[in-house]
This record gives sequence, C-alpha cells and structure tokens, in this order.
Amino acid sequence: MVLTVSDVTKTLPQSGLERPILDRVSLHLEAGKSLALTGESGSGKSTLLHLVGALDGFDSGEIRVDGTSLSVLDDSGRAALRRSSISIVFQQFNLIPSLNVSANISLQAKLAKRYDPDWEDQLAQRLGLAQLLARYPEQLSGGQQQRVAIARSLAMRPKLLLADEPTGSLDEETGNAVLALMLDLVAESNTALFLVTHSPTIASALDRRLHLSTGGLT
Amino acid sequence: MTGVALRALLSHWRQHRFQLAALIVGLALATALWVAVQAINAEAKASYAKAEGFVQEFDRKSLVSTDKPLTVADYVALKREGWPLSPVLEGRLKIENQWIDLVGFDFLTFPPVPTISAPGAQAPDGAFLISLLRPPGGLILNPQTAADLAISKQGLAIHLSDAVPLGSGIADISLVSRLLGKPDSLTRLIYLGPDPPETKTLGQLPDHIRFSSANSAAIEPSALTESFHLNLTAFGFLSFVVGLFIVQGTIGLAMEQRRGLFRTLRCLGLPFRNLVLALVVEISIIALISGLIGLIIGYFLAAALLPGVAVTLSGLYGAEIENTLSLRLAWVLSGLAMTLLGASIASSYGFVSLWHLPILQAPSTRARGQQVLRNFNGWALLGAGLLGLGVLSLLFLGGLSGGFVFLGCIMLGTALLLPYFLWHILRAGQSATRHPLGHWLWADARAQLPGLSLALMALMLALATNIGVGTMVSSFRLTFSDWLDQRLASELYVTARDDAQGEAIQQWLEEKGLRVLPIRSRVLQQPSGQITIYGVRDDPTYRDNWPMIDVLPDAWDLLAQGQGILISEQLARRQNINLDETLSLPEGWPHRVLGIYSDYGNPHGQAIVSMPQLLRNAPQAENQRFGVRLDPDHIPVLTNALREAFDLTNENVTDQGQVKEASKQVFDQTFRVTDSLKLLTLGVASFAIFTSLATLWSQRLPQLGPVWAMGVSRQALAQIDVLRSLLMAGLTALLALPLGLVLSWALLVVINTEAFGWRLPIHLFPLDWLWLVSLSLLAALLAAILPAWRLFRLHPSALLKVFSSER
Amino acid sequence: MSVNRFLLCLCLLAPSPALAQGFAGLGTEADGFAVPVPDVPLTFPMDHGPHPDFRIEWWYLTANLEDELGQSYGIQWTLFRSALAPGEAEGWQSPQIWMGHAGLTSATEHFSAERLARGGIGQAGVTLAPFQAWIDDWQMSGQEDLSQLTLTAKGDAFSYSLEAQAEGPLVLQGAQGYSVKSPEGQASYYYSQPNYRIAGRLTLPSGPVTVSGDGWLDREWSSQPLSENQSGWDWFSLRFDSGEKLMGFVLRGANGAKDFRSGTWISATGEVTPLPPGAFQAVPLAQAEVAGRKIPVRWELRLPEKDVFLIVEALNPQSWMDVTFAYWEGPVAVSGSHRGTGYLEMTGYE
Repeated sequence: MVLTVSDVTKTLPQSGLERPILDRVSLHLEAGKSLALTGESGSGKSTLLHLVGALDGFDSGEIRVDGTSLSVLDDSGRAALRRSSISIVFQQFNLIPSLNVSANISLQAKLAKRYDPDWEDQLAQRLGLAQLLARYPEQLSGGQQQRVAIARSLAMRPKLLLADEPTGSLDEETGNAVLALMLDLVAESNTALFLVTHSPTIASALDRRLHLSTGGLT
Repeated sequence: MTGVALRALLSHWRQHRFQLAALIVGLALATALWVAVQAINAEAKASYAKAEGFVQEFDRKSLVSTDKPLTVADYVALKREGWPLSPVLEGRLKIENQWIDLVGFDFLTFPPVPTISAPGAQAPDGAFLISLLRPPGGLILNPQTAADLAISKQGLAIHLSDAVPLGSGIADISLVSRLLGKPDSLTRLIYLGPDPPETKTLGQLPDHIRFSSANSAAIEPSALTESFHLNLTAFGFLSFVVGLFIVQGTIGLAMEQRRGLFRTLRCLGLPFRNLVLALVVEISIIALISGLIGLIIGYFLAAALLPGVAVTLSGLYGAEIENTLSLRLAWVLSGLAMTLLGASIASSYGFVSLWHLPILQAPSTRARGQQVLRNFNGWALLGAGLLGLGVLSLLFLGGLSGGFVFLGCIMLGTALLLPYFLWHILRAGQSATRHPLGHWLWADARAQLPGLSLALMALMLALATNIGVGTMVSSFRLTFSDWLDQRLASELYVTARDDAQGEAIQQWLEEKGLRVLPIRSRVLQQPSGQITIYGVRDDPTYRDNWPMIDVLPDAWDLLAQGQGILISEQLARRQNINLDETLSLPEGWPHRVLGIYSDYGNPHGQAIVSMPQLLRNAPQAENQRFGVRLDPDHIPVLTNALREAFDLTNENVTDQGQVKEASKQVFDQTFRVTDSLKLLTLGVASFAIFTSLATLWSQRLPQLGPVWAMGVSRQALAQIDVLRSLLMAGLTALLALPLGLVLSWALLVVINTEAFGWRLPIHLFPLDWLWLVSLSLLAALLAAILPAWRLFRLHPSALLKVFSSER
Repeated sequence: MSVNRFLLCLCLLAPSPALAQGFAGLGTEADGFAVPVPDVPLTFPMDHGPHPDFRIEWWYLTANLEDELGQSYGIQWTLFRSALAPGEAEGWQSPQIWMGHAGLTSATEHFSAERLARGGIGQAGVTLAPFQAWIDDWQMSGQEDLSQLTLTAKGDAFSYSLEAQAEGPLVLQGAQGYSVKSPEGQASYYYSQPNYRIAGRLTLPSGPVTVSGDGWLDREWSSQPLSENQSGWDWFSLRFDSGEKLMGFVLRGANGAKDFRSGTWISATGEVTPLPPGAFQAVPLAQAEVAGRKIPVRWELRLPEKDVFLIVEALNPQSWMDVTFAYWEGPVAVSGSHRGTGYLEMTGYE
C-alpha cells in the first residue's frame, strides 16, 4: 500500500471558530493505481491532498506514505519524505521562474539523488518538451508549463504523485491531452496517482473515485 | 474625483504598513543626512563669517614695529605727538591645559567692546566696563570657549559674548599685560585717524615703526575650508542618493502592487491624468511627512557630529567653528526641497512605467528575464559613458572641480555598471555549479537582482567611499607618522620660562656634552600670508632626518653658509616656487630656495634658514625652546635633573614619545567625523538592502513554494536565503574594491593636493579591506536575517496559499 | 555699546549700581578715598600737582578773548583726573584715568574735543617742577607756581596755542580752600587763579586768529562733591570791568531737596569774601533748545548785600560740549549793575 489514510481529522481556524474541514477521513491507494477525489469547492479536497503530500499537519488519525507514518515526522523529516517519495502537480503549475525548463525538470530528481538523464530525455520527448528545454517558464504557454510540471513530477520516479486540478488552468482540449499523457506515464512508471478534481469527466478516467462532502467521504 | 481616487490609493498603505514605513524611513534618512551636512556647513560658514567680521572690526590699519619689539614707550611717544592710536597687546596664555589667544585693548581709547550677553545683565553697561578696567578685571569669551575652560579660579570675572571668536579672549589691556606678564610691550597700535594717513605725517614716524596692511595676519578660513565642506556635501549627497535608492524600490513596488487598483479605478472612469495627480499628491504628502521627520533626525545628527567637525576644522585648517547648532532657515528649506525633489526623482521611474505598461495587464510577480537584462545593458552603457566623461573632466577640466566631477562620474558610472557585472557573474556561477540547490541558488539570486540592484549599488557606493576615504586617512596617518619620526628627531624637548633661563639651560646642557638644537623662529606677515621662519644649527640631526621632498645636492652646506632657505611644501605650492628659485622676503633674509620639505597639517607657510641668518634678521627671536640629542636610555635621568635644576614643570620637559603621541591624538580626533560618516553611509546601505529584501518578500513565496513542496525544508530555505544575501553583498564588495582604490587615488593625488597643498603617497591597507568586506557581509547578514527568520517561522498554510487556485 | 554710555560709567566710581543720581556720578560714597576735611591749609606748589588718593580732580582753565576786530571768543582747557581706586600703580595697572576737554566758542561756532588716557604709562598726567599737565599732545605747562602757563589743545576742526600770565594772587575758595557743596557737608578743596592775561592764536576752519583776553583757572579735588540729592550745577565765573570778580554756583537739588548756593566775591584788590549761604541768587530768564534739551542761556543773578544785580547772557547759546559727559560751557557777557565777561558751566540738564 503506497498510501493509507485512517480517521484523519483536520480543523482550520475560520472566523475565530474551530471548524473541522476533514472529519475522520479514511482511504487507501496501491502502487500503480489512480484515485480521483471529487467534491464541492471548500469541501476540503485540496486540504486532504496537502496532508497526504506531507505539506501540512493534521489533528488526529494516521497517514502512511510508502509505509512511513507522517504523524511522527518533524518538519525536516517531512521535507525528506517529500523529496524522496512524493511529487505534486499544481493547478498553477508553480514552476521555478528563475530556472529554465531543463533545470526545472531535473531539480527534484537531483534533490532526491535519482537523476536519470535518459529518463528525463524520454519524458521530454513524450511530453513534447524537447525543443523547449532551454526556455524559461515565462516564455511558455499554460499547456507547455503544465507539461513541464508533469515532467518534473515524474522525473524523480515518485512512489506517490499528487495532482491538484492539474488541468484546471487549461482549456478543455489542452487539458484532456495533458491528462491523457499523465495517465499513460503514471501507468508506465508504476506510480500511484492521487488526483483532486471537481470534474466528473476527469474523475471517470481514473481507477477509483471518491467524493468528499463537508468533511466526510462517500 | 481625484480625492476619491486618493483615498483609494492611500488605503494601500494600510495593508502595507511595512512598505510605508520603509518609504518614510528611507526618505527621512536621506533627508536627515543631507540636512545634517547642510546644517553643519551652514553653522561653520556662519562661524567663519563671524570670525572674519570680528577680524575686520578689530584688525584695522595698525602700526607695528619692524625689527624690535613695540613698547609702551613707543606708544606714549607717538600719542604725545598727536597720533590717533590705540594700543593692542596680544598673546597666548595656557589656562587649564588649553591655549587661549588673549587680545588686550585699551578700552579707554578704542571702545568697541563686543556686545555682552552677560547673565543677569541688568547692571548698567558702564558699570560692567568699569569692572573690566579695575582689578581683578574681566575676560570676555565666547560662551563655548568659556565652557571649555574653567578660569574662575584665576579670580577673573568671565563675561560671555557670541561676538568673540572661539579660542580668543578679549580684555582690557591692563588685565592682558598682567596675565601675560608683559607690562612694557605691545603687539600693534590701531590707527584711528583719517585713512590713508597723510604722507607728511608718515614721514614723522620713527624708523622702526611702520604701517602694516590690515588683515595681513588673518588667515582666510573660508578659502581653506571650502574643500572640506565640499567633501562633507559630497558625503551628504551620496547618502541622499543611497536613501533615494531605498525609496525608489519601495515606490516601484507600490506601483506594481497597485496595478490592479489602477485598473479598477480606470475602469470606473478615472482619467489617467487624475490618477497621476492623485499619485503626485500621495507622494507629496508622504514626502513632506518624511521630510519633517528627516529634519528632526538631521538636526540631532548634526548636533552630534558638529563637535567632531569643529575638531577637524581646527585641526586641519586652524579654523574655529562653534559647536552649538542653531536652526537656520536655509538648511530647513533645502532639506524639505531635497526631500520633495528626491521623492519625485525616485517615483519618476514608477510614473514612467505606469505610462508605458498596459494598464490592464495583471500584476506580475515573474522575473522578466530578458527585459531585465536589456535594462541592465542600458544602465551599463550609461555607466561606461559616465566613466568616460569622468576621465575627460580630469584631463581637461582639471583642478579641484575637475577632481570632484571625476569622482562623481566614476562613482555613479561604476554603480550603473554593477547590475550588469553581477548578472554575468551570477550566470557564470550558475553554469559552473552542479549541485541542484546550488544551481538554484545562483539562478534565484539572479532573479532577485532587479529588486536588489539599487540597494546593492548603494552598498557598493558606501563601500567604495569607505575604502577611498579610509585609504586616504590611513595613508595620511602613516605618512604623518613617518614624518613625525623625521621631524621629531631630538630625543628631548625643553621649554624655558624666558630667554634668560633659556640661555642658562642651553649652557647647562652643553656643559654636560649634549648636543643642543635651539628652536627659534620669527613670524613674518607677508602679503601672501604668514610665514614662520626657523633658524637651525648646522647639525647632522637635520641633515639626516629632515623630510625633504626636493633638495639641491649641497643644500645643507649652502644653508649653513647662509646662502639660502628651505621652504615647506605648502609655501612652495602656494607661491608656485620650485627648487633653486627665489622666495620673496624682506631685505636681509636669504631667498634662494635650497630645498622643499613636507610640513603636514600646517595651514601656514614655513621656512628654515641658518641660525646666524635668523639672528641677524631677528635678534629678538625668543630663545626658549630646545631639542636635545642624547641616548634614549638617559632621558629619564636628564629629565629629572633638568626639572630640578631649573624648577621646570612636566610640560616644560617632554620626550619625543609624548610629543608624537599628542600629535597623533590630534590627528585621530581630526578624522573622527569621517569615521562617523563612513559608518553612517554603510548603515544606510545596509538598511537599503533590508528594505529591498523586505519588499521583495511577497514576491518570494511563489518562488520558494515549489522548492519547498519538492522537499526542501523551510530551515534550509531560510539558510539559502541568508547565503544568497551574503553572496550578493560579497560580490558587490569585491566589485567595490577597485572603485574604492580609484577613489583613494583621486582623493590623495588630485583632491588632496589641490585642497591642502600637499601630496601624499598612497599606502594600501588590505586588512582594512578585509574588515570592510566583513562589515558589508555583516550588513547583508543583518539585512537578510529578519526575512529569513520570517521564512523559517512561516506557517505551511502561507506557503500552501501559493498553490491554491483562488489566488 | 556707545562710547558715551561707557564713559558715563567710567566715572561711576563705585561698583554699586545705586549711583544713578548726580552728574557724572559725582554724588557717590567715598569708598576708600580720602575725604576733604576743613582747616587743612593748602600748600603750594605741592597742591598744584595731582592728589591720587582723592577720587576726582581737575585743572580747569577758561578764557574770554577778543581778536583785533573786537570779535569775542571763549576757550576752555580742562584736564580731569578720575580714579578707579585710590593711589597710583605702575604702567597699565594704574587706577588713574585722565580725561581732557577742550572747547572753543565764537558767537556763531562752538567746537569741543576730548582725550582719554590711562595714568601710569605717561600718556597723561600732571607733574611739578616745572609744572606740566598733559594728555596726548595737549599741554598746559609753565612755572611751578602757575604764574605763567602755555596752553595747547586741538580737535578735529580747531586748535589753539596760548600764553597765560598771572596778574594777581591765587584765590582760596570757601573756607581757606575748603568749599562746602551741600547742606549735608559734602565738600571739595577748591582754589582759583582768576587773574590771567592771555594772548595767543586760535585756529578755526576759517583760518588763524590772533587773540588776547583774560583767563581763570580753577583747581578742585574731592572724592564726593555732590550730595546724592543733587542733580547738577550752574557755575558762574564772572569778571567785571570794575576789576571785581564773582564766582558763584547753584547745586540744584533733586528728589525734593533744596538748591545749594554758594560763591565768592573778589574785590578789585584781590580780597576774598566767601558769600554766606543763600546770598547768591540765580534765576534763569530764557532757555534755548540745545542738543535736544532745554538749557537756560540767560540768567538773572543777584547779590543783594553787595547791591549786585546782573543779567548774564551766553555769547553762543549752543556752547554744547559734545563729549562723553556732555554739558554746556561757554563764554558769557554780563550787564546790569556791573558789566563784564565770564564763563558759565551748566551740567545735569536732561
């Protein structure tokens, strides 16, 4: 099991009130499988993704990524886990503006000491980035930037790939093309994909689907 | 409509209080330094004007005695012939370790007594004057001089008057003759008759009495000190520019961040003109508030610096200024005007970009790489042009002003080149680094460059100034110290109470088989200024040690034969005399220039003739000071013996070491102001870096967020942030070094020679540079540490916002 | 600070500020100085010289002169001594301050000049054997018994050089030279030589004038001649065609005090009669505007017991001595019961 979430509760202070945004949520995900998490705006699906990505802490329950329990990790332990096992694709792409495409793609792989030039070449070829490697993010279109983000996230061969509305900033056609590519690559690299989306169409392309509504899973 | 827009614009600052604070502090600091320097200059100039006014009032046409001392009998004889004269007796008196120039007037015959601001001045003025005339008498002093002295125990009444120059005391001649122990001699006789005197009456003057032209004795402080004030102004201007860098960055950011607001206002129908008007009003309000704060800070800064400036001026030029500060309209207005001007300059870039950039474009937080590089290239080109202009001004304009234009061009030009160089260095560093985080560090630093470049320019200018001025002062100090070693060759210096004791001491010393070098001199008032002519014995001490700059091969032999004169560098430069030319002196003095020697720190001219020559021309020259050559081990024994034999005080017998120590102390005090200003500019530069980093803060998160998400902890990010600041500051410091050296050269070789009249060799002090580089790294560290700490303590949710789609 | 204010206080001889009354500060306490006492005979020639233990002293010569055309002139030559402290000291430390005044008056012009000097250095002083009184280049010198004197003085626009020959004896004023100046008993030593024949030359802006006439020397020293309730004086020295002479003065009372009047009648043969208190009467008849103040320049004098009734009129009403302590001093013409000439000095008019 690459990811196990059991009875996780997370409250966020909002207007001075403690409101549980996630209430005893549980799920699991095996290697090579994909899971779509859908829900209303504000249902807490992004928050759950952040918890799973070891980006934020939670109040109770248990999350295990690749066998490691997150609740026992301190800040640098989580950073190390992120570095070695988890990669994330964001809706806003969040490339590093000061680095060119090539450096963006290889950065996390190098940080994880899993840099493989052949694999990077292959990713670049597959994602149609081979001609763009020397460019800077600001010189790319949205679709190109998201493909760079996907290449970056897969370059380190993560155990767990998290995606938060990866096609949310793209038009439908581009979005579908990017999604298809991502799913292909995930399947080929035996990576577990945890994808958050509000779109049932996208969700239907994945192995499993869960719906989150005001704190609970259905 | 503009008012509504203005309120909307101002609301921005409520949310960005730090930005507002940086803006106000930046402008206030810039104004403060500028105002402080202006205030100091104004105060000094007022002091000079007062001193010169005083000199003009009292230094009327006078009669003096040419070759023998003027006596009271001379005065009485002339008075009884009907000459309208009033006697003056001048002299120096040491009171509580401080010399004071006493001027004794006969208040009966020359009554323009300075206006007295005596405490409790209700007593009739006349009673006051009677009190000056009758024992114990009263001394009129500048309040500041009086504060420095504690004369009360002499039993004199002390009266205060702002009209008396610093360091001088005015009293009735009866008191001065008593204090100086000179009942029979006079310095000069003020002529009160019709000017010019009739030639017929002139013929009736005794042979030894003649008119001296008015003002010949007075040095002209305003001419001498001009360069010092120019220096101060340059410092002030530099600080002002540095302050503007802070402001420019802040205003630019505020413009950028409010682009959304501008867009909304425009969409609501606000014309562009009104938007600009509202922005102008906004900037003016902020500038005025900052200007007022700056005035207050500047006032206190000036008050704090003024005593140091006073020491510098009196040390370097012998010009006395007062160290109390008064509020003068001139610098208050100039300060406010500079703030407004500065704010408008600093915001002009923001306005231009407002004009040029499409108003409907969303706020950008991206590094616009290519655009930035183009900007840097443009600046570099401008910088190179300024460098060329500087060199041209040095070559063709020349003189002091050419030197200063050169300095300005070089400094500004190099500052403009800095971002270009940094950009390329950072790029080279990036491509040379394999480590992923290191690679990112270089790239990230480069991305920060546009936001930081102004602050870094400020840092570079501050550093270069530090290096330049530091090198100048240290070179000066080293040279001065060598020179002291040469000039103070005698092991022991003895001062006798009077000529008779002087003779006795000389005999006593010579009987002990010691070599005695009498120090006797005569001051000549020449049309070109004052020259002190010393007589020297023919002694190896002089031949071996005297710090000659240029000398004829057999100069000392010729001097001993009375065939010529040695003159100081200042005198040579002032009168434009070269070796083997002639110095114009009254009849009887030798005038062939045999050599030119250095005489640092002396505003007056100096010359040396053989002792027989001096005594032939000035037989009355005091014979009270001696240098004695002896084995240094014997100094304590001889010192004690001298003191006992002649009842001399500690001050009358001093060894070489003491004299050198005292001289060096005076020197160090002299340059204390430059030290303060150096540190202040560095402080301002450090603050510029800090505000830049702080204003860049909000742009930083989108760049840091992804790296953090990839598994680099906040702690590591914070460390990298500090490291990056250090890297930038370090690189800037390295680039500042050559500029600093050029600056030193300009200050020492060009400015100094023009301003002071002596040329100094350049000495390099690499350890000082190391210290400065460390200091600038420290400044960068301090500037970076708060933003880094903030990053380290940042809650993950703040970073997560970067990724949220609802940004 | 103006010269005037300064010198006003120069003669404020004590440091206490309560001395505002009295012309030139003459109404002050003795303050360590010697005080005149009665019945001390004056001794000559010694008393022609200075008395440094007394606070003030003067050598005061006035003369009524005529040129060959009969035009009238008057001259004044005065050396004042004023001590900051009793006694004498060497050089600049001397407490003695000397002040010279010279005046020259014609019917239409009046000139005054002043000199200031310190004692001790030789710039001014009085010595005997031979007699010499000087300040700067002004001189009054001659025989030790004052029987013959040479006078010189000059100002910016005038000068004079005169010879004086005494034609009669000295006159001791008051009680054998002890002259009482107030009901409280303030007094001075006072003697005169009213019998000089004068001849010499005046130099005016218009040119030199040869003159001759009569002169009167007053010598007086004291430490406190004015009472604190006296504000100034009117002093007359008159010489009648009959050969008789009159010296009379009024010390004007201040703060409600009465005037103090005194005088001496000198017969044609030189017999001296001190006038009893109140005998001498002086009433101003007409005032002139002089230097911004009203000054009586026409007087009626009476000495009823001698059947003297006089009208005294200034030769030049503008005889203003524009010196440090400005005062009125000038020649007068006398008519009435006696005809003659003389000098009038008026001080303390504000």
